[in-house]
Amino acid sequence: MTDPILKVDQLVKTFGGITATDHVDFEVMPGEIHAVIGPNGAGKTTFVAQVAGMLRPDSGKIVFNGRDISRMSAPQRSHVGLARSFQITSVFKNFTAQENVALSLQAHAGHSFRFWKRASTDARLVEPARQILADVGLADRALVLAGNLAHGEQRQLEIAMALATAPKMLLLDEPTAGMGTEESETMRAFMKDLKGRYSMLLIEHDMDTVFSLADRVTVLVYGRSIATGTPEEIRNNAEVRAAYLGEDE
Amino acid sequence: MLNKTKLGFLVVLFGLLIFLPPFFEAIEEPFYLSLASRVLIFAIAAISLDLILGYGGLISFGHAAYLGLGAYAVAILNFYDIENGWLQLIVAIVGSGIVAAFIGSISLRTGGLYFIMITLAFTQMLYFLGISLEEYGGDDGINTARSFFGDWIDLDDNSTLYYVILFFLALCTFLSWRLVNSRFGMVIRGSHSNEARMEAIGYPVFRYRLVAFVISGAMCGVAGFLLANLTEFVTPEFMRWTRSGEIMIMVLLGGMGTVFGPILGAAAYLLLEDVLATVTQHWWIIFGPMLLIIILFAKKGLWGILPGKEDMSDD
Repeated sequence: MTDPILKVDQLVKTFGGITATDHVDFEVMPGEIHAVIGPNGAGKTTFVAQVAGMLRPDSGKIVFNGRDISRMSAPQRSHVGLARSFQITSVFKNFTAQENVALSLQAHAGHSFRFWKRASTDARLVEPARQILADVGLADRALVLAGNLAHGEQRQLEIAMALATAPKMLLLDEPTAGMGTEESETMRAFMKDLKGRYSMLLIEHDMDTVFSLADRVTVLVYGRSIATGTPEEIRNNAEVRAAYLGEDE
Repeated sequence: MLNKTKLGFLVVLFGLLIFLPPFFEAIEEPFYLSLASRVLIFAIAAISLDLILGYGGLISFGHAAYLGLGAYAVAILNFYDIENGWLQLIVAIVGSGIVAAFIGSISLRTGGLYFIMITLAFTQMLYFLGISLEEYGGDDGINTARSFFGDWIDLDDNSTLYYVILFFLALCTFLSWRLVNSRFGMVIRGSHSNEARMEAIGYPVFRYRLVAFVISGAMCGVAGFLLANLTEFVTPEFMRWTRSGEIMIMVLLGGMGTVFGPILGAAAYLLLEDVLATVTQHWWIIFGPMLLIIILFAKKGLWGILPGKEDMSDD
């Protein structure tokens, strides 16, 4: 049996008296899309922050691609192949789409203590950046300032930036957040396209997205993982229905 | 890329600057040469601050420290009869850089108001250190001679000194123009725009900011070196916190996050000070509203007011 690409073991994080992450076990198999769902305040954001390295867990272990990354900083995690996108669109608004992707590429092309040569015309950055933009369907938007892109395009750019880091796994934090039906559909199609090429940890609010894309689903409630299984199993899980789906719909 | 209008403006500006010394000589106004030299020196200081303030988003309220350090490098070496300009310049640059590395390694771990206060606090420490060093004049200051660069560059000649200052201004302007558009510059600007994103795509932001902070401090040290040569007198007043504020105002006035704006800002501030102070000693009553209008209505300061298409990616 293959080893999981990401293995989270008994993760705990408390804030004051509140246990935001309560002994969570979690894993993502290579090539798999494993979604995390849960009602508001279930601790999804705290969980993602710990996997991405923005928050230090109080105890527990995070193993990625065979390495313990629990103590690594966010930039170090990026360098071992863990790429994330943000729930709130997080692009460099005053850079062009192409510059956004180039900046991401540059982070993984050795150090950036290069003070002389103009970056925006450097073929070693521009050409691959164009290629990645073409892959996500933003080829003709390359020279538009990211801040002037439509919301859905910014979300696609966000994923393009994650792909530019040559990741082994994508950590997607609500990729369809704030999108209209049509934009969500485009994003889903795009993610389906990525499926199999990348392992993904998907945090998602939108049930359509979760149930159409995920191979497995884990449900977080009050910081605890109450169930893990196929979308079908989760849909039919009584505890989940009581804790979450029932309330929500 | 710079647009043609602005490029033309720069060519004319530097062209005019070259002809200032013979012009002032012709109209027999040597004071104006000294004022012009002062403007160019502060332009260097403002450019150096803008690297971290405008591009890096780091509100350093202590930039006068490096001005003072550069100046004291001249005065203290001169005190020990070391008049070699090259040596003084190297000590000014390296000394400012080392102090910037120290201050930066502490202040850059914080952000926002804390960063402002820590940079201010360190500069105040240096200010009072200057006052307490009786050996080097304490708060009375210390006289110094101009640096000696061999027989072929005679800094005792005011015009020569002016051209040396102009050379350094051109050099610093060119360096920062290359720098802000380089890979390193993109990292600094990206960190300003979205730090969390930079970390997520793999940049240890602190490291890059620290290097920018050191470059900025060292460049301001050059301005201090030149200032000591111009005034032939160095006092702790060079490091007073109001001086840090003045350099910041020059950047704001000229255009934050632009390479060339700080030159205009330094010129506007010092020339207005000179003119308005003859009207009233409370010249800020007039200058204050002017500054306010510029900041409120011109997004990129005086540089932004200049005609020509706005080019976001460059300046």
